[in-house]
Amino acid sequence: MHTSFSLLLILSFVVSLVALAAMVWAITRGHFFGGKKAALSIFEEGETDVLDDPASVYSTRTHQFDAVRAGIDKSGRSVVLVFLSVAMFFLLVGSLYGLLSSFKLHLPDWLSQYEFLTFGRARTVHLNLVNYGWLSVASLAVVLWVIPRVFRTPLRRPRMALWGGLIWTLGLIAGALAISLGWSDGVEWLEIPWQISVFLVVGVLFVAWPVIETATHREVEHVYVSAWYFLAALLWFPLLYFIAKIPGLHFGVEQATLNWWFAHNVLGLWVTPMGIATAYYLIPKIIGKPIFSYNLSVLGFWSLALFYSQVGIHHLVGGPIPTWLVTLSIVHSIMMFVPVIAVAINQHGLMLKNMWAFKQSYTLRFIWLGALMYTLSSFQGSLEALRSINTITHFTHFTVAHAHLGAYGFISLIMMGAFYYILPHLFGRAWPKPGLIKLHFWLVVVGITIYVVFLSVGGWLQGVELLNPATSFETITRNIKPYLEWRSLGGSLMTLGHFVFAYHFLIMLKQPKAHTRGGE
Amino acid sequence: MNRPVAILIGAALILAFATMALVVIPGFQVHNLETTGYLEDYTQQELRGRQVYINQGCIYCHSQQPRSFGQTPADMTKGWGRASTPADYVYDKPHLLGTMRTGPDLLNVGARLPSQAWHLTHLFQPRAIFEWSLMPAYPFLFELKQQPAADDLVVKLPSQFKPAGHQVVAKQSALDLVAYLQSLDRTYPVADKEHYLRDQGFDGQLETEQSQEVKNESGEG
Repeated sequence: MHTSFSLLLILSFVVSLVALAAMVWAITRGHFFGGKKAALSIFEEGETDVLDDPASVYSTRTHQFDAVRAGIDKSGRSVVLVFLSVAMFFLLVGSLYGLLSSFKLHLPDWLSQYEFLTFGRARTVHLNLVNYGWLSVASLAVVLWVIPRVFRTPLRRPRMALWGGLIWTLGLIAGALAISLGWSDGVEWLEIPWQISVFLVVGVLFVAWPVIETATHREVEHVYVSAWYFLAALLWFPLLYFIAKIPGLHFGVEQATLNWWFAHNVLGLWVTPMGIATAYYLIPKIIGKPIFSYNLSVLGFWSLALFYSQVGIHHLVGGPIPTWLVTLSIVHSIMMFVPVIAVAINQHGLMLKNMWAFKQSYTLRFIWLGALMYTLSSFQGSLEALRSINTITHFTHFTVAHAHLGAYGFISLIMMGAFYYILPHLFGRAWPKPGLIKLHFWLVVVGITIYVVFLSVGGWLQGVELLNPATSFETITRNIKPYLEWRSLGGSLMTLGHFVFAYHFLIMLKQPKAHTRGGE
Repeated sequence: MNRPVAILIGAALILAFATMALVVIPGFQVHNLETTGYLEDYTQQELRGRQVYINQGCIYCHSQQPRSFGQTPADMTKGWGRASTPADYVYDKPHLLGTMRTGPDLLNVGARLPSQAWHLTHLFQPRAIFEWSLMPAYPFLFELKQQPAADDLVVKLPSQFKPAGHQVVAKQSALDLVAYLQSLDRTYPVADKEHYLRDQGFDGQLETEQSQEVKNESGEG
């Protein structure tokens, strides 16, 4: 038995190496070779070397709201707007549920008479709404807006995408209600009953179809890097979710491995590619310069697909599953340094050479800070998979802090930046109160900093104490409580920031038309 | 990278490979385990209680997977039990391993805390037992009665937690949940062969000795 598993591991390595070699070969033979010309494909003439941020007073673009692409944006305009509004709604409700759960952790008798708000349900509704509601729907909005732009052709079948969004949204609301009322499939990240999750699969396919159809009608030779991630993610998610939700097939520890195969892939192969791709489009666009090394982005993409897809079992280190499986996921977690560094060189390399833009644009601050948090949370995540560190952080609030550094510090900040960039282009007018963008930025940045710092420290101490046979559970519980209270403070600031964001969004929607689209 | 279809095919193949490694192969290895002979399937009432455990979200604070002694002596010292093996979970649909220990591990809570009365009090108001506890109270699993019926189970409470003029009576859902908690007992001995199927990465010397035994038993080289 031992031999066969060793062989399995070796095989896995060989396959990985062969894939890497194939990739290197493809690059040297020029199959992947895009170079600077490909990196510049997102710019029109005259767009380089000037700041493009409609929310910034420094932006001096003559055709400030993209008259060039007005025709391309037009077809998807209303569907993008609907998706953005839905995402905003889920952000608000989702963060209120998060805040409620956070307070309940240190005030266990608060509102405890209401069964539908009990911690175990409120926390789960929070996770489902922010992941499948806020992050996913905001990502889909960005996909529907960026894809036509990088392919230089209007969005095909916008009504189908709209239906997809509607089906997805109704499914998610039904799922959240089901969980609140005590109907849950009981598996983390997969709580929504399978009868309802069918809606989510159908919904995302309804969005994927128009995107793929738009891709086939593209009017550029090259497929820009953001589109690789978007297209792959739109394929990965329905597959993952469908396999994970097949009823009656999974049970026992096999289901546990499936559980974390899914749960980490929904981050690694769904929201992460969305975040990376958004940054790959918006950072160069705002600065007006192409990314650092376009060829490196190819390595980043394929290594992400290969390594990220196999890290999930690091959630079960030290658990009742075979050793080889745990080791496999630890190895891949460490290999994640490859794609993360590739993306980091590309995005931060460009940014660090253009820090002037960081000072001038709050939109860019959101996006680049998000990209920076991707690097940070990924490094942290890789290290957390190591047995020596995992033995401390596993089962503790450290993991929760890490999850928020990734899902919030990275993806949410990037999506917020995307809102600030996209909406002025959709409406052809500037944000009414730029001061609110600043306020929003500082509230959420201070909030998430408090959240992550305190919860990480508290979680680490909790982990050390859990390993010590001499420490009683009473001591552990008493010691973690102050850190949970700090987390509530951080969460409150973040939620407040979201309301500022939503208010600004609302007055942007209601503002009378100041410019006609493409008229400048 | 000029062909979207090629990108999609590549992406699908990589996911298929990962699924093979993380789900299908381990599935073959641990899916059709024989039960240990000690572990019994859940009763109807315990299964109903398990559903309460699921729908109240107990899993978000309680794991059901004690760690090995090689990783830490703490789990054993706290009475959470020996390291669990895949065969301990053959009746678990869905699995409830959990990844959080805001509260203690519960895989052997039935052996550690067998008293029904204790659990009922603790579920109604955890702070009636541990004043430092952060566990939510579950008052909605109980009802208040002025005159409990003869077959009602009245929850024992310290005076400061007693509602004035009423008795606290357990609803069926509370009784089911407690029956499930009482059933959680994997303290039976485990054979090396089963132990070999769990993660032994923390167990150092122990692992090589045991895997040697497995080899000898099964006659593999």
